[in-house]
Amino acid sequence: MSVLLIAEHNNKNLKPFTLNAITAASKIDGDVHVLVAGSGSEDVSKEVAAVPLVKKVLHCDSPNYQNYLPENLAPLVTKYSEKYDHIIASANTFGKNFMPRVAAALDTSQVSDVIKVNSPDTFVRPIYAGNAFATVKSNDKKKCVTIRPTSFEPAPKTGGSAQVEKIDSVEVPNFSKFIKREETKSERPELGTARVVISGGRGLESGENFKLINDIADKLNAAVGASRAAVDAGYISNDHQVGQTGKVVVPDLYIAVGISGAIQHLAGMKESKIIVAINKDGEAPIFSIADYGLEADLFKALPEFLSELNKLNTIQK
Amino acid sequence: MKILVAVKRVIDYNVQIRVKDDGSGVHTENVKMSTNPPDDNAVEESVKLKESGKVKEVVAVTIGEDKAQETVRKALAVGADRGIHVKTNSYIEPLGIAKILKKVVEKEKPDMVFLGKQAIDDDCNQTGQMLAAMLNWPQATFSSKVDLKDKSLEIIREIDEGLETIEINLPAVVTCDLRLNEPRYASLPNIMKAKKKPIDQMIAKDLGVDITNRVQQLKVEEPPKRKAGIKVANVSELVSKLKNEAKVI
Repeated sequence: MSVLLIAEHNNKNLKPFTLNAITAASKIDGDVHVLVAGSGSEDVSKEVAAVPLVKKVLHCDSPNYQNYLPENLAPLVTKYSEKYDHIIASANTFGKNFMPRVAAALDTSQVSDVIKVNSPDTFVRPIYAGNAFATVKSNDKKKCVTIRPTSFEPAPKTGGSAQVEKIDSVEVPNFSKFIKREETKSERPELGTARVVISGGRGLESGENFKLINDIADKLNAAVGASRAAVDAGYISNDHQVGQTGKVVVPDLYIAVGISGAIQHLAGMKESKIIVAINKDGEAPIFSIADYGLEADLFKALPEFLSELNKLNTIQK
Repeated sequence: MKILVAVKRVIDYNVQIRVKDDGSGVHTENVKMSTNPPDDNAVEESVKLKESGKVKEVVAVTIGEDKAQETVRKALAVGADRGIHVKTNSYIEPLGIAKILKKVVEKEKPDMVFLGKQAIDDDCNQTGQMLAAMLNWPQATFSSKVDLKDKSLEIIREIDEGLETIEINLPAVVTCDLRLNEPRYASLPNIMKAKKKPIDQMIAKDLGVDITNRVQQLKVEEPPKRKAGIKVANVSELVSKLKNEAKVI
């Protein structure tokens, strides 16, 4: 039986992690259907229909779904889940918000944050901040699954031409209201999908000092991350947090600066291909997982790093 | 108004997790346990709302073995009025936990239920949302600012893109982020006083809800280990390694 995947988008464009979730969904069953629920979201439904792995698009356009309020979205997903064995979404703040409501309505035990699909009913998921991997088998007839996007490659975006079926909205409860969204605007790549990430921790000592991180990020075309300590201290906004309760990143290069390496932070970055740690404390746990460790004062090392990079004179894209 | 706040006993966040050799789980014997960190934020926010005068009573609930009561005692020591311990000796999935909490809500009739956004042991991030759906209540997840109005809550949530503000009608479920507040420590006199506060006992399997687990844990294993790296002497060696050896810049 087919799988139903819920697309994440902003009513104009598909969010990139949906493509990773589509790859995961296709490993469960080849007949991947995608639900696009939004308002003025015609372009998104077309974008999804062009993804070759997608066999069908269900498109529901209504003001009720403009801001993806889970109280509105979950009943729609629940209604259209009837013909499917698997309901799938990304395990990010979008999927985590509404999927358990769907699972509860279907009396299904959700499998969260899947990093590997062994078979249509057996999955691997990290527990204890990624310090253990659990292989679990879902015995529910209908399965609600959220996918850790960074554990799957994004599906190719073009070449497909899936049928788009318009579907009706369902009644909404009207007890929740969207007020506003303050998105951090940045010219840099998105943290979740960037090829290079440079993160700062408490060692940066202030928000102003993040300039040292930002300058290198600009040079390497990197995204900027942070430890929870740096976010809690107000050096940088919450959307930069990498870790167990922040974002999980898997870049080719992760540079941790002034971050000691609490297990909660490691949970968000230890799958990175190459890890660099710059810290003045030679005993910091971050060094135990770093490919290259530099024991140094970051306030000296970072300007030097930037000037060495400038000497290379390569443009990183 | 009344708040029900749910707390869970988990392996302390500072403990290095050890996976059992037979793949059946992780070692919990002689391991320090404590309240799930964001649950502490949920308790703190509940108590602050009580101190503001808008909330009359805070009831702390936990589900678990006898020792789970410690988490309720801790909540009582920082200002919750009374406790509920729903006893079970077996692991219950979030779906079952939500069903039990729904029973407690039906009995206690709170205006709000506060929970941590996620437990740091199974990392599921489901219970609050499931409870809200079962009660047909609105929800606010990842809450980092809570403003209680007459008949609603205005909440700022931490989302991947930044911050989102929503307004939800009461009754409602709120799951708390670590940045919502700074949980206080209990003073010794308050710890002593908390010993006299009542904790009602219930038995999970007597509540008349289906709490059978649907997800079978086949095995638990260590994640692949990273190969040990090297220390470089200076920045130019680092840059040279990144360029020539790792080929990432």
